[in-house]
Amino acid sequence: MPKLVLLWTDAAMWLLLIGLVAYGATVVRSPGLAANWRKVFRDAPALASSVLLFLCLGLTLLDSVHFRPRLPQAVAGQSVAYDSRTQSVLDWTLSSLVESREATYSKPLDYLGFTKETLVVDGEPKRVAPRLVHGGSHLKDPARTWAADIGWRVTVGMVAGIGVWALLVALLIALIAKTQTLRFGAAAELVWRGHGQIPWRVVVWTVLVLSLLLGPTVALMGHYHVLGTDLTGNDVLYQALKSIRTAFVIGTLATVATLPLAVGLGIVAGYFRGWVDEAVQYLYTVLSSVPNVLLIAACVLMVQVFLDKNPNLFETGAERADLKLFLLCAVLGLTGWAGLCRLLRGETLKLRELEFIQAANAFGVGDGRIMVRHIFPNVAHLMLIVTVLEFSSLILYEAVLSYVGVGVDPSMNSFGGMINLARIEMSRDPVVWWSFAAAFGFMVTLVLAANLFADGVRDAFDPRAQSFRPKRIALPSARRTTV
Amino acid sequence: MMSYLIRRIAYGALVLLGVNLATFILFFTINTPDDMARLNIGTKRVNQEVINKWKAERGYDKPLYLNPKRDGSERYTDTIFWERSVSLFTLNFGRADSESAGNIGAEVATRMWVSIQMALPLFILQVIASTAFALLLVMFRNTRLDFWGVVACVLMLSISSLFYIIVGQFLFSRVLKLAPISGYAPGLDAVKFLVLPILLSLVARLGTEARLYRAMFLEESGKDYVRTARAKGLAEMVVLYRHVLRNALIPIITSAGSYLPYVFLGSLVFESFFGLPGLGAYVIEAIGKQDFAIVRTMVFLGSLLYITTYVFIDIAYTWADPRVRLS
Repeated sequence: MPKLVLLWTDAAMWLLLIGLVAYGATVVRSPGLAANWRKVFRDAPALASSVLLFLCLGLTLLDSVHFRPRLPQAVAGQSVAYDSRTQSVLDWTLSSLVESREATYSKPLDYLGFTKETLVVDGEPKRVAPRLVHGGSHLKDPARTWAADIGWRVTVGMVAGIGVWALLVALLIALIAKTQTLRFGAAAELVWRGHGQIPWRVVVWTVLVLSLLLGPTVALMGHYHVLGTDLTGNDVLYQALKSIRTAFVIGTLATVATLPLAVGLGIVAGYFRGWVDEAVQYLYTVLSSVPNVLLIAACVLMVQVFLDKNPNLFETGAERADLKLFLLCAVLGLTGWAGLCRLLRGETLKLRELEFIQAANAFGVGDGRIMVRHIFPNVAHLMLIVTVLEFSSLILYEAVLSYVGVGVDPSMNSFGGMINLARIEMSRDPVVWWSFAAAFGFMVTLVLAANLFADGVRDAFDPRAQSFRPKRIALPSARRTTV
Repeated sequence: MMSYLIRRIAYGALVLLGVNLATFILFFTINTPDDMARLNIGTKRVNQEVINKWKAERGYDKPLYLNPKRDGSERYTDTIFWERSVSLFTLNFGRADSESAGNIGAEVATRMWVSIQMALPLFILQVIASTAFALLLVMFRNTRLDFWGVVACVLMLSISSLFYIIVGQFLFSRVLKLAPISGYAPGLDAVKFLVLPILLSLVARLGTEARLYRAMFLEESGKDYVRTARAKGLAEMVVLYRHVLRNALIPIITSAGSYLPYVFLGSLVFESFFGLPGLGAYVIEAIGKQDFAIVRTMVFLGSLLYITTYVFIDIAYTWADPRVRLS
C-alpha cells in the first residue's frame, strides 16, 4: 500500500468540490436559481467554455490525490520505507512522460536532440545532433520512417478520438432521452437541431474538437515529446498539464478566501451603518490604497521567513511547495477582499431600506437573522459574479507574481514559471519556442474559457449590469460562427 | 470645496497612518529583526554576533516602540518605530537593508523620473486609444465590426501581459530590429528605449479598457437626451463626440484615475523586462534581494500616490461635470 498524503491544497480542493456539489443540490431544488443557471448554459460560448473548464477540473482533481509509493524492500522483514517524492494520481497516469527524461532541449515530436554534440561517427569525431533517449527511440531508421510513423499515430489517435466522441454523444443523447422521456431518435434530433432549453449541439462540437486534439496527443505521448522538452530534458506537455492544477488552485482558493471577510464585513457595514460602517470603510480604504503587488510581495516575503524558520513542518519538498501555495492563496484572499466588500456594502445599504426588511424588523426578527436570511440571499448573486470574474484574473496574476518572485515555489510547475524560463529561451539562437508556445496556448485557452463563462454568468444573474457584448439578433453571420 | 478637500486630505493622512502601522507590525512584530537578519545574511555563517552587527549597522538594534533607557521625548524617538516608520512622513527613507543598495531616498529621487517618463505618456495614450477604439465600436454597434471588435477585446484581455512583452521583444527587437531589446539612456535618447515598452503595455491593457468604455458609452447612448439629439437631426459623429463622450467622462475618469497609481508601480514588470532603471524595477530587485526596507518604502510611496490620485479624481469630477459639488 502506498502512503496517502493529504496536502493542504488537496484538502481545500476536495472541500470545495463538496461545496460545489452541495451548491448544485441547492440549485436543483430552487427554481429561481435553476432558471438562472439554465440561462447561463443557453449561452453558447459559456456552455462550450464550461465543457473545457470541466475537463480542467477533472485534471485538477486527479492531480489532487497525492501518495508516496512504497519502496521495494531490500531485506525481507525490514521496516517499510516510502519514496521521498510525493506523486499524484495524474503523475502516476502520466508516468511515461515523467520517466522519459532527455538530456536537454528537443523540438516537439523530434527524434534528434536540439543541441549538437561531438560524437564519434565511423571512427571520426563529428558535430552531430544525438538521437534522443526516449523520443522516437522505437524507430530503426528514423530519417525514412519518422514522418510515416507520426502520420500513422495521428490517424489512429483521431479515429480513436472520434470513437470516444461518438460514445460520449450517444451517452448524452440517451441521458436526454431518459430525462425528457423521449425516444432516442427524437432526442438525437433535438440535439442536432439545437432545440430544447440548452443548445446541446454546442457541447457535441466542443467535445469533438477536444477529442480530435486529445486523441492524437495520447497516441503520440509515450513515444514522442509532443510539445518538446525543456532545458533539463523534462517533457513540456507534462509541465503544462501540471500547471493547470496550480492555476486552478490559485483561481479558486484565492477567490474563496476573500469571501468570508468581504461578505461578512460588507453586509455588517451596510446593515448597521454608523461607526461600524466607518470602521469597515477605513479598513478597506487602507487595504486598497496599497498597490496590490507590493502588499502581496510584503506578505509573501513574510511567509517565506515563516517557512524558513519552521523547516520541521513538512516532510518532503512537495509538501513545502504546497504549503507555500496554500499560504499564497490565503495572502491573495486576505489582501483582495476590498472590492467585493465595497460592492456588498453598497447593495446592503440599498436593501435595508426596502419594505421586506422593514417588515422583518417590525416582526421582531433579530439583526443576525435578518442579515443571514434576508440580506445574504439577495446579494449572493453579486458574490457569485465577482467570484467567477476573479478566477481568470487570478490565473493571469499568478504569472506576474511568479515573475516578480513572490509567486509559487520554483519547484512547482506553473504557467508563471514556464513563462519565466521561456523568456531566456526566446533570446537563444536558434530560438527555443515550444515551451513558450505551450504555456501561451494552455493559458490563453484556460483564461479565455474562464472569461467567456464569467460573462455568461454575469449576463444571466445580473440583467441590469452593463452588457459587455454585442447584440446577437442583428448578426446572422456571427450566429453561425459561434455555434 | 476647500473644506471638502481639507477633510479629504486629513482622511488620506489617517489612511496613510494605518498603512504605515500595518506594514510596521507586519515587518517588525510578526517577524523580528533577528529573522530578517538571518534571511538577509544567508543560512551559512549565522551566529548571534553577526546578527547583532547586522542589526546595529541598520539601526535595528533599538527597541521597537518604547525605549526605557532614554528620557524625555527620546524615549519615543530613539526607537525603530520612530526612525523607520514615522520618519517616512518626512520623506526620510533611511538606508536599504542589503549591503550594496545605499540610501533609498537618493535612489527613489533619480529612478522616479524614469518611471514618470514611461508612465505619463503611457497613461495619456492609454486613455486616448481606449476611448477611440470604444467609440469606433459604438459607432458601428450591432454590426460585424462591433462583434469582431468585442471578440478581439475578449481575446486580448485573456492574454497575460508577459506574453505581449516576450512576443513584442522578439518581434520588434530581435527580428525586425526596430528598437533596442532593453536598456536606458538619459535625455532625448530615452525615447527609443521607451517606445516599445509603452506601446506594448498600451496593447496589453487595450482589451480590458476598450470593452469597459464601450459598455459605458452604450449605456450612455441609450438615454433620452441622446435620442433627443438624434431626433433633432444631429449627425452621429456630433452625437457621439459632443453628447455621449462628455457625459461618459465621469465613469472614464473614475476608471482611468483608479489605474493611475498602478501606471507608476504597475509597469513594474515592463520596467524590469526592458531594463529601465525606474521604481518598478527597483521593487523587483528589492524583492529578489529580500530587502525589506525598500519594500516598506515603496508600500508607503504607493499608498501616498493612491491617496493623492483620489483627491485629484475628485477635483477632475468638478471639471468634467459642473453639476458636481464637492461637499
